[in-house]
Amino acid sequence: MSDVWDWEYALEILPILGEASLITVKATILGFILALIIGLVFAIARMVGPKWTRWGTGGIVEFIRSTPLLIQIFFLYYVMPEFGVTLNAMLIGVVALGLHYGSYCSEVYRAGLDNIPKGQWEASIALNLSPVTTFKDVIIPQAIPPVVPALGNYLVALFKETPLLSAIAVLELMQTAKILGSESFQYTEPITLVGLFFLVFSLISAELVRRVEKFLKTRRGGRA
Amino acid sequence: MNHAYSKLVVAIIISFIAGLSVASFAGFREFLPELLRGALVTVQITLGGAVVAIVAALIAAISKMYGPGPVRWLAITYIETFRGTSALVQLFWLFFVLPNFGILLEPLTVGIVALGLNIGAYGAEVIRGAINSVSRGQWEAARALNITQMQALRRIILPQAFVAMIPPWGNLFIELLKATALVSLITLSDLAFKAQQMNQNTLRTMEIFSIVLIMYLALSMIITISMRAFERHASRGLHRGRVS
Repeated sequence: MSDVWDWEYALEILPILGEASLITVKATILGFILALIIGLVFAIARMVGPKWTRWGTGGIVEFIRSTPLLIQIFFLYYVMPEFGVTLNAMLIGVVALGLHYGSYCSEVYRAGLDNIPKGQWEASIALNLSPVTTFKDVIIPQAIPPVVPALGNYLVALFKETPLLSAIAVLELMQTAKILGSESFQYTEPITLVGLFFLVFSLISAELVRRVEKFLKTRRGGRA
Repeated sequence: MNHAYSKLVVAIIISFIAGLSVASFAGFREFLPELLRGALVTVQITLGGAVVAIVAALIAAISKMYGPGPVRWLAITYIETFRGTSALVQLFWLFFVLPNFGILLEPLTVGIVALGLNIGAYGAEVIRGAINSVSRGQWEAARALNITQMQALRRIILPQAFVAMIPPWGNLFIELLKATALVSLITLSDLAFKAQQMNQNTLRTMEIFSIVLIMYLALSMIITISMRAFERHASRGLHRGRVS
C-alpha cells in the first residue's frame, strides 16, 4: 500500500494544493458572474430588436455551445494578441468560461422569460411603462427566481471545467498538481487529491442548489 | 419543432458564410490534410466513447434501480464520482495514476474509456429518468401476464423508454464530441492537438483555429441532424393505435 499511496507526501502537498484551489474558486466565481451577465444580454438580444440581430445572436449562441471550450480558450489566448490585446492567462480563462457558459445560461433565461404570460407585457404597455422599466421591474423579477436552480447547475458545471485553464498555464489546481507530479514523479497523490477536492465541492454545491430550489418553491407556494 | 429547425437553419447559414470566408484564406489547402487527419482521431474517440458510454450507462442505471444492495451502492458511487469530478481530472487520473497500479493503457484507450465513463455517468441518469417515465400500469400488466421482471424490463419497458432517451442522448453525444478536445492534453494527436501543433509551427493562428472551430461545428451538426432523423425513425408508429 505504501508503494501506491504516500501519506507523508500527500500531507506535504496539501497546503500547496489548498492555495491553488483559491485560484480555481476565483476563476469559477468571476467566470460565473460574467456568464450571468452575458447570458442575460444574449437572451434579451434574442427576444427584442430587428430580426437579423435576433438570428445573429441565435447563431452565435449555437456556435459557442457546439464547439469545445478548450479550443475557444486557445483561440482567445492566441488570437487576441494578434489584434494587439494582451490579457493575462487568468483573464482569458475567465472570459472564455464566461462566454461559453453565458450562452448556456442564455437558454435558461429564455426559458424563464418565455414563461411570463403575455398579459404582463400588455399590462405594462397599458400602464405606460417604458420598455426598460417593464424589463427591470416587471419581467425580470418574475422570470429569474424559477430558473435559479438551473443556473446553479451550470455554476457546478463551470466549476468542473476550470481545470481546462491549466492548458494555458493558469496556476490553478490541476496545473499545480501536474507540476508537483512532474517534480517528484509521484502523480498519484496530487491528482487523486484534486479529484477528491472536486468531488467534495460538487457534492456540497449540488446540495446547496437543492436547498435553494426547495426554498424558492416554498416561498412561491407561500405567496400564492 | 419549428423553432428547433429555424435554429438549425441559422447555424447552417452562419457556418456556410464562415466556411466560405475561411476557404478564401490562402492557407486553407495547406492546413486541411493534416487537420482532417486529426479530425479522424476525434471521430474515432467520439464513436468509441459513445459505445463505452451507452454500455456503462445501461449497466449503471439498471444496477442502481433494480440491483441488490451492494451492486446498487457501487452504481451510485460510480455515477456520483464521475459526475462530481471534472473530465480532465478523470482523464489525467487514468493516464498518470493507473500505471502505478501496474495497468498500462495506450493513450487512445485511456481517452475512450475516460470520456466514455464520464458521459456514461450522465447517461445513467438519463436512462433512469426515461425508465421512470414509463407508466406503472405497464409493470402491473406485465406481472398480471406472468412475465418475469427481467423480461418485462427488456421487452416492454425499455422499448418504450427508448424513444424518450434519444434527444438527451443527442445532447450527451455533443458533450462527448466537445470533451474529446481534452485528449490533446494526454498526447493524442486529435483535432485540437493538430491545431496546437500547427499553430506553433506556422503561427497562423486565426486561420487554423477558425478552420478547427468550424470542423467541430460541422461534426456536432452531423450529430444533431442524425439524432433527429433517428428519433423520427424510432418514434414512427409509436402513437398509432394507442388508446389515449
